[in-house]
Amino acid sequence: MADPMKIRAEMKGDTAEIRVLMAHPMETGQRKDAKGQVVPAHFIKTFTATLNGKVVLEGHLNTAVSRNPVIGFKVKGAAAGDKVVVSWEDNKGDKRSDEATVA
Amino acid sequence: MDFMRRTLLKGAGAGGVVGALLAAGLLRPNQVFAAEWNAGAFEAKSIADALKAIGGAGTEGKDIQLKVPDIAENGAVVPIEVTVNLPNVQTISILVDKNPLPLVASFNFAAGTLPYVRVPIKMGETSNVRVVAKADGKTYSVAKEVKVTIGGCGG
Repeated sequence: MADPMKIRAEMKGDTAEIRVLMAHPMETGQRKDAKGQVVPAHFIKTFTATLNGKVVLEGHLNTAVSRNPVIGFKVKGAAAGDKVVVSWEDNKGDKRSDEATVA
Repeated sequence: MDFMRRTLLKGAGAGGVVGALLAAGLLRPNQVFAAEWNAGAFEAKSIADALKAIGGAGTEGKDIQLKVPDIAENGAVVPIEVTVNLPNVQTISILVDKNPLPLVASFNFAAGTLPYVRVPIKMGETSNVRVVAKADGKTYSVAKEVKVTIGGCGG
């Protein structure tokens, strides 16, 4: 199973600044291994971020997003103590969901 | 805590039970996605096809702030930061003209989420980075060139 995400959520004024590190190889499907075999694509296709159960951001990604990407976004009207949940699903059907609290 | 875990492991005779409990606590049912991953757009091999699949590039958007490095020494990690100074932004898409699959990512924003996103991307070679934003049903876009010293698509 995939490694846990690292989620940082901090209040700046009335806005929560959220950064999520998604541990994932994000294989492009273009790279060849030492034997010259193409390494099959393996990447996060979709992710959803919710704040207190309400969807705030939805991302659809392709192979060109970097390995172990850190994705940053901002939610207005959040408050310290709010619960952030991020879930992703990759092209092989693997899933991962992690949560954090806005500080 | 550590001690308790140890006795628990011993008591269970195998780590499997604890592992299953941990997994049950960590894994939650996946949220329902409002929109499907647009295979036609993400698998398009030319910038023209990719743009067509997401509904065109629209008009030039002076209100889109695209922050990219002028020169990326490492094409495997090119930081992209987008801020759209328009009301009711629904989606922001990021494309790289000369990548084998030009559409890199697409984000859907809820009402309270600021039209801002930061994402690291891979670039195979020097190319325009393009941002297409949809706000209030209208489409806007901007493009900026990033020079790539070492490509990020491996090989």
